[in-house]
Amino acid sequence: MSSPVLSIENLSIDYLAETTVHAVREVSLTLERGEILGLAGESGCGKSTLAYAITRLLKPPARVTSGRVVFSSREGYDVDLSGLAGDDLRAFRWDKIAMVFQGAMNSLNPVLRISEQLEDVYLTHRPELTKAERRIRCGELLERVGVDRNRLRAYPHELSGGMRQRVMIAMALALEPQVLIMDEPTTALDVVVQREILLEITRLRAELGFAVIFITHDLPLLLEISDRIAVMRAGLIVELDDALTLYTKPKHPYTRRLLSSFPSLTGERGGFVRSGDLASVELDETEQTIEAVEMESR
Amino acid sequence: MSVLEMRDVVMEYRLREGLRTTRLRAVDKVSFELPPGRTIALVGQSGSGKSTIAKLLMQLERPTSGSILVDGEPMQYRGARAAAYRKAVQMVFQDPFGSLNPYHTIGHHLARPVKLHHPDFSREQVADRVAELLRRVRLDEDYVGRKPHELSGGQRQRVAIARALAPEPAILVADEPVSMLDVSIRLGVLNLLAALQREENLGVLYITHDLATARHFSDEIMVLYHGAVVEHGPADDVILNPQHEYTQLLAEAAPAPERRLAELGH
Repeated sequence: MSSPVLSIENLSIDYLAETTVHAVREVSLTLERGEILGLAGESGCGKSTLAYAITRLLKPPARVTSGRVVFSSREGYDVDLSGLAGDDLRAFRWDKIAMVFQGAMNSLNPVLRISEQLEDVYLTHRPELTKAERRIRCGELLERVGVDRNRLRAYPHELSGGMRQRVMIAMALALEPQVLIMDEPTTALDVVVQREILLEITRLRAELGFAVIFITHDLPLLLEISDRIAVMRAGLIVELDDALTLYTKPKHPYTRRLLSSFPSLTGERGGFVRSGDLASVELDETEQTIEAVEMESR
Repeated sequence: MSVLEMRDVVMEYRLREGLRTTRLRAVDKVSFELPPGRTIALVGQSGSGKSTIAKLLMQLERPTSGSILVDGEPMQYRGARAAAYRKAVQMVFQDPFGSLNPYHTIGHHLARPVKLHHPDFSREQVADRVAELLRRVRLDEDYVGRKPHELSGGQRQRVAIARALAPEPAILVADEPVSMLDVSIRLGVLNLLAALQREENLGVLYITHDLATARHFSDEIMVLYHGAVVEHGPADDVILNPQHEYTQLLAEAAPAPERRLAELGH
């Protein structure tokens, strides 16, 4: 792991609403080839905005005010994502960087069969394939994520939440992208299904060698699957370290607070838990402002 | 204070497939006893019947067989005893963004149950009671005039808790009360619930799929699988020393960073 597959330099994004919201502020990140990078943060911290910026999906009023995102392909050329437009952008998306969206299980079209939705990817990006070839590839895709091939004819409502999620992952993997962005891919699923999906992702990564940006608020989950973790707050990355260091020696107070928000399943009963002592617990969301983050950092 | 008891409760839904009907057993012979001051966590996967039990307790469904008892007396669906039951058992819902009416003020949300359960109260008495409820969930009194959209998720959930406490219940059914909240305030809200429970000696049924908080915030855990209770015991025993294979599966599936970090450390 030497050359990064994706590097984000000084990226800032504003939402030009009634008052301008600085959603992402001068974020710099590199994603190594084949790495799982966790992005942790609470609602409103800018993690999804960052993901949408990487895939160039932001629409006005969002605006990239500074910085750039560079994708370095396996084949040895670099692409500056902000320079892409029109057909080039269309060809680039999904082929090199694919995304599993938040609430992915509800992002399938309910009136189309699974096969039609998967084949659509190939129709757009691999128009040279024949119909029979597309069929075969879609079948292989489903089997790769552990869904039976004959489910191709099913409609989304005939599948369970976990299966729909797998179909979405299959769709993202259709063109063997080098980067996969997953925005809260397991949030609406229960623990058992979540575990299956996570194992599936780790297995597929080993098989296909793509890099993953895994976005969630569930820090224990990230600690378990990712190589490095970035903690985000108020548009800033407040801490970035490998999983072990982040867990054992968190530097930023916010990271410590996030870690302490998850009681351990098997460890000691923490004193803060169910003490009924309300002086020590926080009931209000502290406002996510840049000043607040700076205050904490001191 | 009252003891809530479920005895061999079965709930079957009739499913229709064309001309045929099949029966789905959503709750299968569930029995438990919830005394005052205790918290029982109900854990299980989606579709295991957790919410059906909540619906049965809220009288939104009637059991196919079996009985629900309060202080040894069967629950009634009509009449004065039913009204007493509905006052005694209250619920906190999962989604604080959906469970408050955006058109009404916080004061309205809290005054309604107070008026319903105390028709004799004067306007001042109602206002006093609303202010007291807000204080109990650690919200400022000036929240009375605010609308739900002005509040954060955690504050709304506290309003929902205050609303559940308004009729002075003995039993609280909390269906995933913190799963929609930001992680850093979840423990705070759970701690608030625990403190209120202690103040009023409430029995709490905590429905969740988060095993870690189930262990830390409850005295007993019941594991539900396909509608049946497969394991029931003191919280620590169930989690640290699971007997049933399904409980073991659940405990295995929950994220436990220590496991991986132990591997990384070597």
